[in-house]
Amino acid sequence: MSHSLISTFGGFLGRLSLKWLPHDPITASGAIMLAAVPIAVALFITYTKRWKWIYREWLTTQDPKRIGIMYIIIAILMGLRGLADVIMVRTQQAVSVGSNHGILSASHFQQVISAHGTIMIFFVAMGLMFGIINLIVPLQIGARDVAFPFLNATGFWLFFAGMALINISLLIGDFSATGWLAYPPLSELKYSPTVGVDYWIWSLEIAGIGSLLAGINFVVTILKKRVKGMKLMKMPLFCWSVLGSMSLVIFAFPILTVTLTLLALDRTLGMHFFTSGHGGNMMMYVNLIWAWGHPEVYILVLPAFGVYSEIAAVFSRKKLFGYVSMVWAIWAIVILSFIVWLHHFFTMGAGSNVNAFFGIMTMIIAVPTGVKLFNWLFTMYKGKLNMKTPLYWLIAFVVVFTIGGMAGVLMAVPPIDFQLHNSLFLVAHFHMMIVSGVLFGYFAGIAYWYPKFLGYRLNERLGRYAFWSWLVGFLLAFIPLYILGFMGATRRLDHYSASLGWQPLFIVAAIGVVFIILGVVLQILQLIVSIWQRNGELKVGHDPWDGRTLEWSLPTPIPAYNFARLPEVSTRDAYWNAKKVKYIDRRPYEDIEMPKNSPLGMVIAGGALIFGFAFVWHIWWLVIVGLLVSVFGLIYRSMDEHTEYTLPASDVKQMEQMRASGGGI
Amino acid sequence: MSEISPGLDLAKADQLIERHEKDATTVFGFWVYLMTDCVLFASLFATFAVLRNNTFGGPSGATLFSLPYALAETLALLTSSFTCGLALLAAQAKRKTQTLVWFMITFGLGLTFLVLELSEFHKFVAMGDSWRRSGFLSAYFTLVGTHGLHITIGLLWMVVMMLFIYKRGLNRLSLKRIRMLSMFWHFLDVVWIFIFTIVYLFGALHA
Amino acid sequence: MSNVAKMSKTLVSEHQPEQAKFKSYIIGFIASLALTMSAYFITYYHVSGGRALLFGALSVLALSQFLIQLFFFLHVGREFPPRYKLMITSFMILVVLILVGGSLWIMHSLNGRVMPSTNQMVKYMNSQDNL
Repeated sequence: MSHSLISTFGGFLGRLSLKWLPHDPITASGAIMLAAVPIAVALFITYTKRWKWIYREWLTTQDPKRIGIMYIIIAILMGLRGLADVIMVRTQQAVSVGSNHGILSASHFQQVISAHGTIMIFFVAMGLMFGIINLIVPLQIGARDVAFPFLNATGFWLFFAGMALINISLLIGDFSATGWLAYPPLSELKYSPTVGVDYWIWSLEIAGIGSLLAGINFVVTILKKRVKGMKLMKMPLFCWSVLGSMSLVIFAFPILTVTLTLLALDRTLGMHFFTSGHGGNMMMYVNLIWAWGHPEVYILVLPAFGVYSEIAAVFSRKKLFGYVSMVWAIWAIVILSFIVWLHHFFTMGAGSNVNAFFGIMTMIIAVPTGVKLFNWLFTMYKGKLNMKTPLYWLIAFVVVFTIGGMAGVLMAVPPIDFQLHNSLFLVAHFHMMIVSGVLFGYFAGIAYWYPKFLGYRLNERLGRYAFWSWLVGFLLAFIPLYILGFMGATRRLDHYSASLGWQPLFIVAAIGVVFIILGVVLQILQLIVSIWQRNGELKVGHDPWDGRTLEWSLPTPIPAYNFARLPEVSTRDAYWNAKKVKYIDRRPYEDIEMPKNSPLGMVIAGGALIFGFAFVWHIWWLVIVGLLVSVFGLIYRSMDEHTEYTLPASDVKQMEQMRASGGGI
Repeated sequence: MSEISPGLDLAKADQLIERHEKDATTVFGFWVYLMTDCVLFASLFATFAVLRNNTFGGPSGATLFSLPYALAETLALLTSSFTCGLALLAAQAKRKTQTLVWFMITFGLGLTFLVLELSEFHKFVAMGDSWRRSGFLSAYFTLVGTHGLHITIGLLWMVVMMLFIYKRGLNRLSLKRIRMLSMFWHFLDVVWIFIFTIVYLFGALHA
Repeated sequence: MSNVAKMSKTLVSEHQPEQAKFKSYIIGFIASLALTMSAYFITYYHVSGGRALLFGALSVLALSQFLIQLFFFLHVGREFPPRYKLMITSFMILVVLILVGGSLWIMHSLNGRVMPSTNQMVKYMNSQDNL
């Protein structure tokens, strides 16, 4: 009786059953902690009776400033999860030697390390990037809004849905144990029969489509929504870097969508794209995923370069050195980043002409990057340096990025790559690039722009302590990996023999992680202390750093419509020049059209989440339900002709006057 | 245009320009989306080209495809692309009935195309040459099927569009959307040129 | 009154005389039909001797039809400066060329060097009973 019941349910619920709940203590405690976060948040909101407020002000918002903040919050939370993963990885590698097999089983270790890579790239780096872009780009180009607010919000919620799906994998089922890019044939059904790879596929598929939508929105926003007078060559460099990055997004992410879909078709419909038999070709997967994957690296790093460019100029109190060369360097990087992807698989066996071509292209891409590094240095040269945390991150970045970059040029030589491929040398290289290039950049950006949105600075002393812990920890964690790579240690090792003599270096790397944890704790402490002291010495005006670009011209907090009067721009560094003239704007206010709130972006993404979850577990009726929710959400939205409202000029005037008298900014 | 009259005040003109630019921005954004879709198809084409000889003992394109059949599909879609353009012209001339008629013809031709394609799929599967047979057939079904999926979405959109025009007329919003729908439909025809050439014609030559 | 002038300019650019646009659809349609039919017939009757020539001819026909539809149906290249639509389309074409050309080059090289032929594979798989 009970047996037939279970089998009926097995059909109804696809592959899903209770046996997929976590059983071992580490996964179970992770799952409980993970579930505790949303439950605690929900309870807190209920207790403080804030649901209505949350719904109205945040969940349904179309305001890029709020969407940006939501991106950053999600990215920070996911960063903590990615950090927890890496603590397990480093602990395992420090102790799992000889007869000791460490804290994780081999398959669990592979899941953890796959989750670390996937989460850090897709949900931390991408989240921070889109967060800062949403916050800053409209302000810097003098726009009241993005080009497609609804599309933008939907993009965020799809990102959220992807994030939710990857975390659900911790609660029920398992996660991909095939590395962050899930190479076949290992990731094919035959060798990875559980749901792990499917979670990976659908999480990235959904988040990837969200990124694509956001990318389209920002390309069009920057091209079409710039304030009158801001020619392309007068844009702040951050906007240029975002335009470059988003151009890569719109042309690279479709490749990812296809690659993931083909793998999913192999796994669910028994197709033979990448299988080892029946005429499949797994090398095509590697080719395609890197045709997306290499541009992806530049997608992440270009906006961070933009942040550094802003910071270099403001904190040196000089205009940016070599603006035009910076712009050309960005576009050289954009084009070249599409022509280097083979360097990720020199060892797969292509002929020497192919390897030589891509090796040379890889070396050439170092040139525009070098141009940018020198420009930052020349900007700082003879500047009146304002030594605050953002500048600390910038200087650390210049040093670390150069070391990591030189290691990269080294590996661009195919014969050398044959020695270093898949070794910890490579792991050290790309962490040096991504952590210093991307993460430090967004840390710097957050420290730089935080007061713009909240009206108080972050505590400087704690910020500096956090910086030093991070830097020391980071170097301790990754310099040993270069050496280990030379000694022959490969990536993703869960166990090694004691006679290899690797353990001391792995222990040093683990100590590095301890320092990084200290850095993260100090950052959290910095945030708490800063909130605590927000009305004291940390309180600042609307332009605490003597900024150069338009966002600093706005009052803090920034009104929903950003600019009560659209600024007049005729030069680069528009606000810097406006400050020198001391011009008082007496133009009359005008009516402002604003997008209405809408829950439908959330509904569409909710449908996608249901779809993805059901696809993972083969619950076909639920797949259709998810699809219908998304499609009808979209059609319902398209029937609404009144998606905007008009804020009359008189209301704008009143709000501005209230601000002027009450705020005293 | 009737909006431009000598007595037009400047504020009204500003508002009109602003609205016009807003619509132009949306249409441009849709164009950007279409460009991303081109890259999506390019990835599928690359995969197809790489796997085209991986028949694994199964049928090749030359033995499987019928050229006259593919030509019929092509002509149906090409004509529908043309009639879709005529629907756009009728809409811009504010002729509601004419717009609806052209859209219905377009829909009929699009549906014909889809039915032709699906029955071809059905025939192959019934012969035992499904997507499970070989890498080549996986690539074929996926490339052509993705195009078919786009056609299906286009047809669904056309139904919604016709209902919208029927109920609310040819207002500013429906004109904007008709422009985007016609772009989408022309784009699918452009993709089909390459499917026709690379999958069917090249396939026949490989014999 | 520059605003009104600007508006009339943009409106005119969007609403060219209907005849002109109708004409462009007719031209596009007829040219596409002609190109499709010639591609079909040279394949169906294997016109011309060389195979490479046939592939070349078909590619040229497809590309011409692509450009014709881009111009007559999708109106690329008819906007006022700054020509963002044209720029982004060119960028797309560049990416597609790199992606498809690069993939074919790489995979061709790999196929020649590391992949067994289908015959070798079938033979091998037949020798492995469990497959």
